[in-house]
Amino acid sequence: MAVKKEKHKMPEQDPKKRIKNFDEVPFGYSAETAIEEAKRCIQCKNRPCTKGCPVEVDIPDFIKELAAGNIDKAVEVLKSKTSLPAVCGRVCPYENQCEGECTLLKIGEPVAIGRLERFLADYEREKGMKIPKKAKASGKKVVVVGAGPAGLTCAGDLAKMGHEVVVYEALHAPGGVLMYGIPEFRLPKAIVHAEVDYIKKLGVEINYDVVVGKTITVQELLEDFDAVFIGTGAGLPRWLNIPGESLDGVYSANEFLTRINMMKAYDFPHHCTPCNVGGIAATFGAGNVAMDCARTSLRMGAKKSYIIYRRTEKEMPARIEEIHHAKEEGVIFKLLTNPVEFIGDENGKIKAVKCIKMELGEPDDSGRRRPIPIKDSEFTIEIDTALVAIGQSPNPLVPQSFKDLETERWGNLKVDEDGQTTVPGVFAGGDIATGAATVILAMGAGKKAARAIDNYIKNK
Amino acid sequence: MYEILEKQVLSNTVKLMKIEAPFVAKKALAGQFIILRIDEKGERIPLTIADYDRKEGTITVIFMEVGKTTKQLGKMKVGDKLLNFAGPLGVASEIEKYGTVVCIGGGVGIAPLYPIVRELKKAGNYVISILGARNEKLLMLEKEIEEFSDELHICTDDGSKGTKGFVSNVLQNIIDGGKKINIVWSIGPVIMMKVVADVTRKYDIKTMVSLNPIMVDGTGMCGGCRVTVGGEIKFACVDGPEFDGHKVDFDNLMLRNRRFLREEEKACKMLEGVE
Repeated sequence: MAVKKEKHKMPEQDPKKRIKNFDEVPFGYSAETAIEEAKRCIQCKNRPCTKGCPVEVDIPDFIKELAAGNIDKAVEVLKSKTSLPAVCGRVCPYENQCEGECTLLKIGEPVAIGRLERFLADYEREKGMKIPKKAKASGKKVVVVGAGPAGLTCAGDLAKMGHEVVVYEALHAPGGVLMYGIPEFRLPKAIVHAEVDYIKKLGVEINYDVVVGKTITVQELLEDFDAVFIGTGAGLPRWLNIPGESLDGVYSANEFLTRINMMKAYDFPHHCTPCNVGGIAATFGAGNVAMDCARTSLRMGAKKSYIIYRRTEKEMPARIEEIHHAKEEGVIFKLLTNPVEFIGDENGKIKAVKCIKMELGEPDDSGRRRPIPIKDSEFTIEIDTALVAIGQSPNPLVPQSFKDLETERWGNLKVDEDGQTTVPGVFAGGDIATGAATVILAMGAGKKAARAIDNYIKNK
Repeated sequence: MYEILEKQVLSNTVKLMKIEAPFVAKKALAGQFIILRIDEKGERIPLTIADYDRKEGTITVIFMEVGKTTKQLGKMKVGDKLLNFAGPLGVASEIEKYGTVVCIGGGVGIAPLYPIVRELKKAGNYVISILGARNEKLLMLEKEIEEFSDELHICTDDGSKGTKGFVSNVLQNIIDGGKKINIVWSIGPVIMMKVVADVTRKYDIKTMVSLNPIMVDGTGMCGGCRVTVGGEIKFACVDGPEFDGHKVDFDNLMLRNRRFLREEEKACKMLEGVE
């Protein structure tokens, strides 16, 4: 039988309806569709998909079980390598990773590995999660700083290896960017809580309101624990550095999304944190975070939501799926356009943005063609809210409080391949080490570091 | 959970609370702040630390009921618990022996000034404190601050206690008296800090101010608390809350502190309606 060239489609909420709610956009596969999709995998010998997975999931093996209808076994294979499959199955850029390597690409679309992972994780969560056997207690204690994707992965893996693991989180909720950054309609918070509960059931203790670097220092942690993992993520939003950036109505993507996702400003005043969007929102930047801002603006009541980006669609760093969803929902893309000034009214509230048209010149260091302003092409767009989503620098609290931890150019912690920092016993991974990247890369770093920490404490 | 161990009503709208938070108390220093959240639906608000007791494991905060959360907090009783209480956050005051130091507190700004006065005195400085408020009822911590001050000046807008007038007038008089001042701390309403900075700028006296902009996370992540200092964007939560008053763009700070006035009003109405 010939292999079907296209992925099985995943049903989604109608764009017109979904921009009025915060419910998740795709509905996920049914068991029948998932098994049919799994059957598309030809189980090729060289398994290129596994090379594309930062957390080393045995992709063809779980697909094989699923194709044979052994759903429970498939879940077991998947979860032996990742503790956050429902998260990965939603926010991983599979098209550049596992699916980007799939042999089926030669004849058509790859196996929908992301959707299958999502199906298995959801299936198990609804059925009730099984707790795997752990290795014998090692009697060693590790502390993980930050309960984001890197920290949670590292903590889960270390617990499975038999170590006692304590997590210190600065905020009042777990998940890091999964909780404050990624919107409910892309990653429901109940799912994050469920995966965090699974990690807690592995024996990991999570403490909130502990700001490492302030409430307790890394030096003190080193006295009480055999090793420390730092996964404090990307803090410090970057700014456009144009006039008017401090006007009322100009938010960093982080502030806007934190107010709405973590603090639930969409339910104001029942939840106490406010956030007002007004009629016209403009998001600056074109990564996944920018798409999240533009789509969230619509759900917060904006009549118009712009993405303003200085290059073209080809150079946009966001996932194709996110750009596609944003377009479906009516987000207006103003490309080859760069903001030069925010203009406020007499009360200091933003009312417009002055922009300049751009054209693409020679390639820059990143290999992308450099945008160049076109002379005398300025124009203004009326807006009520400006969302600056052009990236962020690593969180400064830990590096500032412990000078022995060497940092690099952007303030990120200097680490080797295994996440070892310049202080023995202190490991780091995720955005604090690499600068702002993806959830899955942070998880991969947490996984590698867990292995390195295990080695380190065994040989100590 | 963080228990309220003590509560004092300092005036109609100003309350003092001693909160059990041993980890915060262990590290707290003058000039730092905490972030608290009352309950599951609560917002995160920053409050500057008014005192700490490492042995007891407590943090004292003094707050004015201005918005929904502070009003709700003001109604809480001894034995009630706060859901979240994180800190100490921000950079501590730079306490050293400067010589003669003038510490100025206005209204509820007197609260965070107190530990700074105490530590500056302990460091061997000659401390001149100036406390001001709209009226006598809104003054606080006079005795506590007097204990660590070489000179204490009181003033009120309406003359109900001390000199009638503003803290900036008292400061001007001290300067005019020929006293050599090495550094000034000024904490209070934004407009007061602005005026004090304008006075000291003329004499090139370094002036530290403590800013209290709207915050969300308090750990450098959201940038909601950004202030313009010397033409650059700084975050009050990780770079401050104290800054060189001569460099702060106070007008922009006032503007940014008005960001959610309408929503605040709505939330307050709901709070009152619920009861």
